[in-house]
Amino acid sequence: MATTTTSESTSVLRRPMQTTGRWSFLTTVDHKKIGIMYFWTVLVFFALGGFEAVFIRLQLAQAEANVLSEEMYNQLFTMHGVTMVFLVVMPLSAAFFNYLIPLQIGARDVAFPRLNAFSYWVYLFGGIFLYSSFFLGGAPNGGWFGYAPLSTAIPGNNMAFYAMGLQILGISSLAASVNFIATILNMRAPGMTMMRLPVFIWMSLVVNFLLLFSLPIITVGLIMLQFDIGLGTSFYQASAGGDPILWQHLFWLFGHPEVYILILPAMGIVSEVLPTFSKKPLFGYSFLVFAGAAIGFIGFGVWAHHMFTSAIGPVARASFGLATMFIAVPTGIKIFNWVFTMIGGKIKFTTAMLFSVGFIAMFTIGGLSGVTHSIVPHDYQQTDTYWVVAHFHYVLFGGALFGLVSGIYYWFPKVTGKLMSESLGRAHFWTWFLGFNLTFGPMHMSGLLGQPRRTAVLPEGLGGTVELYNLLSTIGALVLIVSSLIFLFNLITSIRNGEASGTDPWDARTLEWMTASPPAEHNFDEIPVVEHRDEFWYRKYAEDEAGVPRPIPAGASEDHPTGEAGAAADGGEVAPADVAAGTQVGTTEADPAAESGEQLDAHALGIHMPDPSYWPIFMTAGFLPLGYGIVYKSWPIILVAVVWMFIGFYGWIIEPVAEGDDDYDVDAAH
Amino acid sequence: MASVGRSRPRPGTCRAASQPPVSNPRPKDVDVRNHARRGRLLLLAVLAFALAACGEAPQNVLDPQGPFAQKPDDLFRYVILIALAVFVVVQALIIYAVVKYRDKGDDSPLPAQVHGNTRMELVWTIVPALILAGIAVPTIQTVFDLAETPEGAMEIEVIGHRWWWEYRYPGMGADGQDIITANEMVIPVDTPIHLRMTAEESGSADNAVIHSYWVPALAGKQDVAPGRITTLNMQADTTGVFQGQCTEYCGLSHAYMRNYATVVTQAEFEQWLQEQSQPAPEPAEGSLEARGKELFRQGFEVEGYDSPQACISCHAINNDGAAVGPNLTHLMSREMFAGAIFDLYLRDESTVWGNWTDEPDTEALKSWVMNAPEMKAMRPTAETGRVGMPNLGLSEDEAEAIVAYLLTLE
Repeated sequence: MATTTTSESTSVLRRPMQTTGRWSFLTTVDHKKIGIMYFWTVLVFFALGGFEAVFIRLQLAQAEANVLSEEMYNQLFTMHGVTMVFLVVMPLSAAFFNYLIPLQIGARDVAFPRLNAFSYWVYLFGGIFLYSSFFLGGAPNGGWFGYAPLSTAIPGNNMAFYAMGLQILGISSLAASVNFIATILNMRAPGMTMMRLPVFIWMSLVVNFLLLFSLPIITVGLIMLQFDIGLGTSFYQASAGGDPILWQHLFWLFGHPEVYILILPAMGIVSEVLPTFSKKPLFGYSFLVFAGAAIGFIGFGVWAHHMFTSAIGPVARASFGLATMFIAVPTGIKIFNWVFTMIGGKIKFTTAMLFSVGFIAMFTIGGLSGVTHSIVPHDYQQTDTYWVVAHFHYVLFGGALFGLVSGIYYWFPKVTGKLMSESLGRAHFWTWFLGFNLTFGPMHMSGLLGQPRRTAVLPEGLGGTVELYNLLSTIGALVLIVSSLIFLFNLITSIRNGEASGTDPWDARTLEWMTASPPAEHNFDEIPVVEHRDEFWYRKYAEDEAGVPRPIPAGASEDHPTGEAGAAADGGEVAPADVAAGTQVGTTEADPAAESGEQLDAHALGIHMPDPSYWPIFMTAGFLPLGYGIVYKSWPIILVAVVWMFIGFYGWIIEPVAEGDDDYDVDAAH
Repeated sequence: MASVGRSRPRPGTCRAASQPPVSNPRPKDVDVRNHARRGRLLLLAVLAFALAACGEAPQNVLDPQGPFAQKPDDLFRYVILIALAVFVVVQALIIYAVVKYRDKGDDSPLPAQVHGNTRMELVWTIVPALILAGIAVPTIQTVFDLAETPEGAMEIEVIGHRWWWEYRYPGMGADGQDIITANEMVIPVDTPIHLRMTAEESGSADNAVIHSYWVPALAGKQDVAPGRITTLNMQADTTGVFQGQCTEYCGLSHAYMRNYATVVTQAEFEQWLQEQSQPAPEPAEGSLEARGKELFRQGFEVEGYDSPQACISCHAINNDGAAVGPNLTHLMSREMFAGAIFDLYLRDESTVWGNWTDEPDTEALKSWVMNAPEMKAMRPTAETGRVGMPNLGLSEDEAEAIVAYLLTLE
């Protein structure tokens, strides 16, 4: 189709046009499709990380077992950590950022759509690169924390893959963080002030700032590690004047904000789910927002609590212990606000709600065991034991994953237009809840009874009680596997045969529920004008004198007769009942859509959407040869990668707009 | 003497360990069975008490046996009570909310749209802050208390290797020489101990990694790093054997880097020092032991090594030999070897605890001497960094001779 007007040279560079079908995913820049790709990729890595965990548990099910060799165990526990942190929880949060940020702030896409596709492809290739190490002489085996100088003293390329893989994944997250910050700050719908943002958006903003500031730190550390491993420098070698503790500081100065990077998105999700199903606004919105921001700030000042037994002095230990205690204050504020969101509500226990309530209960346990770490003298005893393993799984599994899974159940209808099975969902929740507590609850005890982390065998000398707790943990892990299969089954059957959900199955409160399910490429036919926090709710309900919401009849006229009371109470604004009814206000282009009942595409509506592009996937594929070239120190491969990516950069820069869009007049469209 | 360890219970029988060690000069002429029976009776006597006191968890951090483990434990018990109270309050609130305010499916109106309550927010900001302040004060106090080295503390040097612990008692030998041992740290009861610790730095750079030293009954853990000196104070209130292990991931065999502290009375400690100061005896000419000693010093061609490798290339006896591996001058005065994962003496399986007998486990030693990498994960070859003990390719006869020699090193 692209032959008539373009010359030979530019036709090579023409843009892909396809926006539907399977192949369109390769070139898409649509934030929703990218979010969906993130999701499925995460699911694959979650399965891999889960299998690694099961093998770890099988090895530790009894003392001195021989299921895995020491070497294989060390690779699996390292890759389990790397996978769950960098390839599961972070990108699953990114899936939510992608899909929801534009929808919740009333935008058509993110600020830099091609950069968004770039982030996803870098993530995918980075993950493939890391996992390819299993077939190339062995996966990273120095722990997800990769402590130097150990990580420089391991023969083979295991830790070179770690250093390079994490740098590649860091590029993905860094690009995404710039993109999301720009989107949130600049692309909010008219009237969507910062203090009207959904809390999920606030938490996303905090997380992406954390990423922006913390990733450069670990990148510095990783580059020095790469140099030590590959080029024989001695940044971390004490005998050559390097510093063996330096890596720990760099890693945890990134690593502790990273913990909040993992948990804050889930906190944001829970802050959306609880009000919806309690039929009440979030309790203490501004306190929750500021507590989230406070956690982000303090998160940069507590890194050494991972190093209380490292080579640091008592003054550092005392001050970092104090800072760590402070974190409990904003965290407590959040927990109480969530609980008081429920109190006084009319709670509907959907699966999404069950997971959110489970999140509060389990995260509280993780938070309290976290406070015991700030008791520095006892941290000397409990650090590097299973007490810590129990703690961070309660925070990251019972916390982050419960929250994220709650989000999956909550937004599934929006993404697919279908409902997930609630009965399977309940089965999933209760088996997860049971399996989770059975797996990680006993670890508190085995830790206090002296079982250290990261040992390839459970030593016989720890005693029968510890062995019993370990056996229970293994049984719990198997329950979790069954439970996850229920989830997967539910997911797939619901996508195929789920009941149609309609636009707003939960009677929700935020903008994304105003548009079709699944939303059109351009999200909103008409960008909504925001006048409230929980805008959509106030388009559906008006409050009477007692503050009790009364539904605004869908057929109400523009003169808002039924909405008067609420409108008066809220400062006399117009209750835009017509928008809730699906009628388009304003522009006339949208009218045909309303009349015919069909969804019109962006072009027919005169909305300019970014065109798909070949270049993000092309350019990012260059990270694979770049990574292998650096790991194997092969100049020819590095050269290929550099040329490849150079072509990618240039193709990206000079890529033309799609035909038909080249005469697009921005002013005329508004 | 060789007695300090053996008739004691195996590590971890914490309460039983508070019994004075049965005096048992290791005598080839004394009836071993007789002795075993005596030990069994003694152990039965303390059994009930021991079980009730600490269960069977030798690295239990909740069972401190000295002030430097006691103080953290006191703090923990105080904090865990507060944490439990908070836990109960929060979970009760959640349960209250989900039971009381669940949608009963009736036609009741939607709830009032309450947006918050500043007074309540202040309460749950200030109250937790006050509770934390109450925790912070004793915490900080204890941090500095524990860092204070007690007056007159006995100093021991600890060096972390891959994958075993070395101890040096500086100038404490009978003639003012250093006493060097491995895996087992022997200390006197009721005496403050100040550990000055580091990690191996010499030799292959591959060995210079971070470890963490831990005997939970006596103190919290402390990392040791190459090129740095870190310190740890500990003190034992009772005699006994207290188990620990390396808790900073140090690579392939991290799981097999264990250690134990043997706490003895002051008099026994003096005796131990005395015995450790003695040189190893010279085996009789022409004996199997003498052939063992010869083989100990003889080089063997090992694949991947440029020069022939002998036991003595890594292990010293009587200041003769390199200090790469554990010093073996008084090997048989210890109870365990290879990073405290294998017994040097057979266990008395007829006792509940499986205490060590006086019978050396020659089979274990022989297997180790013949093919150590098969018994413990190590990376002895050139391309894997030469960490740990290689297979010297000894014949069975050669190994038996070497073991016979090792058995004389008491």
